[in-house]
Amino acid sequence: MFSILAAKAGSSKDNKTGSWCSVKKPKFLQKNCIGCGLCKLVCPEACIEGKEKNTYCPDYDYCKGCGLCAYICPKKDIEMVPATEEK
Amino acid sequence: MKKFLEGSQAVARAVKLAKPGVISAYPITPQTHIVEGLAQFVADGELKSEFVNVESEHSAASVVLGAEASGVRSFTATSSQGLILMSEVLFNIAGMRLPVMLVCANRALSAPINIWNDHQDSITLRDSGWIQFYAENHQEAVDFILQGYRIGENPKIMLPVMVCIDGYILTHGMEVVDIPSQEQVDKFLPPYNPPYKLDVDNPLSLGLLGDPAVYMETRYAIQETLNDVLKLIPQVSSEFESIFGRRTLRLVETYKTDDAEIILVAMGSVAGTIKDVIDEERSKGKKVGLLKIVTYRPFPKEEVFSILKQASQVGVIEKAVSLGSDGPLYTEISALFSGEKGSPQISGFVAGLGGRDITKKTIQTVIELVKEKKASCIFMDLNRELLWEEFRV
Repeated sequence: MFSILAAKAGSSKDNKTGSWCSVKKPKFLQKNCIGCGLCKLVCPEACIEGKEKNTYCPDYDYCKGCGLCAYICPKKDIEMVPATEEK
Repeated sequence: MKKFLEGSQAVARAVKLAKPGVISAYPITPQTHIVEGLAQFVADGELKSEFVNVESEHSAASVVLGAEASGVRSFTATSSQGLILMSEVLFNIAGMRLPVMLVCANRALSAPINIWNDHQDSITLRDSGWIQFYAENHQEAVDFILQGYRIGENPKIMLPVMVCIDGYILTHGMEVVDIPSQEQVDKFLPPYNPPYKLDVDNPLSLGLLGDPAVYMETRYAIQETLNDVLKLIPQVSSEFESIFGRRTLRLVETYKTDDAEIILVAMGSVAGTIKDVIDEERSKGKKVGLLKIVTYRPFPKEEVFSILKQASQVGVIEKAVSLGSDGPLYTEISALFSGEKGSPQISGFVAGLGGRDITKKTIQTVIELVKEKKASCIFMDLNRELLWEEFRV
């Protein structure tokens, strides 16, 4: 008898780890963004996308609310807000 | 072909016949001669196998885990401190359902450091999900390895196997042993073909996170599979007999238990000494017998119960102790008779720790003691002069 042992490649996409975000989530204000891309680089989930200034935003399906993006932002253009707040 | 061999060399030859693709081990007494022999076979070109030298037993176990995960039959051997250093990986190997073969040359655990035989090392790993066989002699060691591969690699089983052989007594003792031919082994043991493996052309993740929603099922699946192993062992053993002409792997072996009033229980090489004592006791008219536990994990509860229930007294002799409780084998056997009417009186004896000889006199004393008041944990052959008994609360 066996139970779950293996997963096919790419299965981590099916696992919406954004559901773990239970306290705070980042809110991207998109006002003073200079497009440095530090938030995208530092994100451990690699779930932040964006190219130009004021275009960056996370994929909340995978964001666990660690807050590293808000911490690193040189313009304080990312706020941590209650996870229950409307996106 | 019958040969006069050291136990470690017999084991090395059995492993060579199973043709593992990867061997990894770290030297430790008294296991060393096993992988020394295998390293020689590889160096001489007699065995086409990747022999991976590593910096610790933890790494050796990790190497064989990786080899099995990629679909390659593997082998490792260790003892004592090496086995418990491996322990983290050993639980992973069982949890990932990888049929690694490990030979444990049983040795005491530190401290104090001691290189001699007892069973504390492998008994400590009893809860890891590994199948455990305890060999009495060289022939059993050889046969258990071949049958162990066959059982562990069964696609419905996929569990690792630990063949436990007494350090020095078997690893360094010389005995006549029948080493099978390659043709016989090839007929018995097909190439390893796992139902799943790491393969770049068909990517797969193994060893995943198991959160509270899935973890319990993985443990239940191992528990049920080990119950299946109890059914599979007699089948594999009789197939082995049809090719090799002998039946060695059993759940339990009985020696003169049919009419026995006193039955001793033991595992491993000490069974030989006990059989000699039983012969002497029988010649004096005393009805004594032996139940040898061959398969300790999975534990053959039904067989042990049905054999012991006819006895008046049972003496469990074991080379391990759960400090602060009793001997683990004694505890398990006692539990079988909990609440049963007409149960035998069961006493537990801890003997031979750290290589202290278990002599005929030791066994004779046990036979006398089992007739007295029930006792759960008697340490045999103590030298009380070595104890600072004034330090008692």
